[in-house]
Amino acid sequence: MSAPILSVRDLGKRFGSLIAARDITVSFPAQQTVGVIGSNGAGKTTFINMVTGHLRPTHGAIHFEERDITGLPSRTIKAMGISRSFQVAQIFPSLTAFDNICVAAAIGHAPKHFIGHVCTPLRSREAVAEAEILLDLFAIGRYRDTLAATLPQGVRKLLDIGMAVAGSPRLLLLDEPTSGISIEEKFDLMQVVMSALRSRRITVLFVEHDMEIVERFAERVLAFYDGTVIADGTPAATLADARVQALISGPKAKGAAGSVADV
Amino acid sequence: MLTAFAILVDGLVYAAYLFIVAIGLTLIFGVMKILNVAHGSFYTFGAYGAATAIGIYFDRGLPAAGGFLLMALFAMALGLALGLILERGVMRLVYGRDEVVMVLVTYAAFLILEDIVILIWGTGSYATYQPLLAAGNTEVGELILSNYDLGLIVVAALLAAISYWALKFTRYGRLLTAVIFDRETAAAFGINVKVVYTVTFVIGAMLGALGGAIMAPKIAVTLGIGVEVIVLAFAVVAIGGMGSIEGALIGALIVGICRAAAVHLVPQIELFVIYGVMALVLLIRPYGLFVRAQPRKI
Amino acid sequence: MAQHGRIAASSAFLAAAAAAFVLPDWMISLATIAFANGLVVLGLIVLWRAGLVSFGQALYYCIGAYAVALVGRWTGVSDAILLVLIGGASAGLVSFVVGFLLARYREIFFAMLSLALSMILYGVLVKTESLGSTDGFSVIVPTFFGYAPHQDGLLVALYWLVLAVCAIAAFLVDAYFRSVAGALAVPVRDNEIRVEFLGLSVSRLIHTKLVISGLLGGVGGALAALAVGHVDPNMSYWTTSGEFVFITILAGAGSVGAAFVGSLLFESVRSFAFAILPQLWQMLLGSVLLLTILFLPQGLGSLITHLRRRRRVEAP
Repeated sequence: MSAPILSVRDLGKRFGSLIAARDITVSFPAQQTVGVIGSNGAGKTTFINMVTGHLRPTHGAIHFEERDITGLPSRTIKAMGISRSFQVAQIFPSLTAFDNICVAAAIGHAPKHFIGHVCTPLRSREAVAEAEILLDLFAIGRYRDTLAATLPQGVRKLLDIGMAVAGSPRLLLLDEPTSGISIEEKFDLMQVVMSALRSRRITVLFVEHDMEIVERFAERVLAFYDGTVIADGTPAATLADARVQALISGPKAKGAAGSVADV
Repeated sequence: MLTAFAILVDGLVYAAYLFIVAIGLTLIFGVMKILNVAHGSFYTFGAYGAATAIGIYFDRGLPAAGGFLLMALFAMALGLALGLILERGVMRLVYGRDEVVMVLVTYAAFLILEDIVILIWGTGSYATYQPLLAAGNTEVGELILSNYDLGLIVVAALLAAISYWALKFTRYGRLLTAVIFDRETAAAFGINVKVVYTVTFVIGAMLGALGGAIMAPKIAVTLGIGVEVIVLAFAVVAIGGMGSIEGALIGALIVGICRAAAVHLVPQIELFVIYGVMALVLLIRPYGLFVRAQPRKI
Repeated sequence: MAQHGRIAASSAFLAAAAAAFVLPDWMISLATIAFANGLVVLGLIVLWRAGLVSFGQALYYCIGAYAVALVGRWTGVSDAILLVLIGGASAGLVSFVVGFLLARYREIFFAMLSLALSMILYGVLVKTESLGSTDGFSVIVPTFFGYAPHQDGLLVALYWLVLAVCAIAAFLVDAYFRSVAGALAVPVRDNEIRVEFLGLSVSRLIHTKLVISGLLGGVGGALAALAVGHVDPNMSYWTTSGEFVFITILAGAGSVGAAFVGSLLFESVRSFAFAILPQLWQMLLGSVLLLTILFLPQGLGSLITHLRRRRRVEAP
């Protein structure tokens, strides 16, 4: 039984008298796909921010691949192999889709020290090759030479995730990957994303409000409420949990596959 | 003790002048998010206009009060005209563009207007100290204070009070505050933002021109006064916070007193002090004393 | 620049150098100043690409110039190359120190703070009697490795020096633009938060760009000081910075060459306008600026790129 890729112990964060996260103890085996649910303000984003190094935990510890990363700066954590995507796709509007990923790949491949950045060309062979591969992997090859500013929303989200994958992270946190996407397209998008990530053997934690997506694509579901984890198990088990239904997902209609009141 | 009092008075006078000049600039920025370099032109036109008015009025033995009024009105009329022409003619063409592009457009306008001043008034300088003389002096102990200067302080205080009252208690003032706070939402609520823009720009222009008119008797009205004033006004507005009228007031007071102190105690650092204070404030409060940074949602 | 771009640029510089044998003195003089100022504009372009507009490049220009003037006056050192190196290094050092503060700002606040810093220097210089206050003072006559040319020889020597420095700077900056650090300017301008999340320190990147532009500004100022033979506080005034910004807008930030072509254009027009209608010089400047912003937002350089692109499409 190999060590978990990410383990978190007694993690907590407070801002003055506001407790954003508390007593989070959970660990994730490598290559697991985990759905994270919870209403707004429940602590999901705080959790992500602490894992990616953008927020310093007030107490507790985070271990990635058995190394203590608690409180390390975000750039170091990124270099160690943890990446994230965004609720609002953060792309470079002036560049083509290809260049967007090429930039991400170049930064991922560039020598870690600063002088290296001045000496390495942007369109190095490695970066270009990786960009081509990722464009195909996320099925957005036909948008290769389109300016990112003009891309449709779904493609933007895929581009955003593709950029996060350039540089070969081993753990990827997706913040609401299907937000802003129409219901018809959500499943297709997640299908592309998940098979891409699986082929790269990346451990995935994704935040979602759409319970159907969570059911369909997660192997395990974590439910957040009031800053802490209130349920942790298979999708079926977690979504059937009474507290989860009361506080987050709403009652599940018998026979119907859909959830009712997600936020 | 005397020096301290002199510094206080000089500081207040200078602060008054700075406030009158800066309030228009900060208003335009607050509402339209434009850092208006052409504000220096409003000032220049106001000063030259006042010089002309003084030349016409003052040596005829008419009551001085009328002269003051004429100066102010003539300058504000120029400001009104200039503001309208600039806003409707030029600014309208570049709304929605990058903030810095807007600054550059106003810089272009400023350059053009500088030469228009030469075309109208020539390159000579105008000495128009008649109003100063007409106002006379007041003696406070050993100090002789110019009544004109004291009047300046009163005008600035009045302006501050009026703008505070107008923004907080009049309907239009609250509309303006709404637009300053969030233009899109204000427009969504039915506020005609275009009209607000024009009115704001014109008011800002008139205030800038008024500033120039008020200072005309105290300085040599000549080429280049607009150039100096711009940087000063910027410094005041940067210190106080762009778009904040209280900020302009506090900024003006800080700069005014610091400069007066420098002039009386260490004259070599007079110019340095103003920009030094600005750099210092920006170090601690990057957006000025009264303005908070806007976070971005990702 | 692709390979042929590099060849074209080298040819241009060589042609410009050779032109010294046929051009009248006043043209050589004008070109010398234009190229020296072009370096400052090049520095502005480096920042412009990252979305930063500095209204205070005059600070480095002035530091470079005064460093040359002071070293000449106090130590008698007159070797042109040494002086330029000292000027550049002084400005570079200041930009490095100042960069810690400045790298935290963007947009208007960056512009205003950079303006404030240049005005601080102006204020200090104007009030310093020992440095000639508003009159400034003169610069030592430069020598070149011990050789002291006179008159025409000096004019040409300075011209060639400036050209050589500009050529070196042009190639270095161009290489920089193609590196990761240089090419990241656009992503930083577009979405610097994402660049941070991709693992790069944006403030360090911008700090580097500030130092590069400071160095270029300082070298430009040093060369200008040697060429003109005089320095004064006006070199740090905000209107000087404004002129550099104007050239940048006019030329566009598209290429390294734009800095020098734009600067040449500006100096030429300025000389003619001054000679013919000195009263309307600023109006001309302002009108051109306005028209450029309205109709050619990417500067004249974009016209050339546009023409080049069309030609490529039309060729079989």
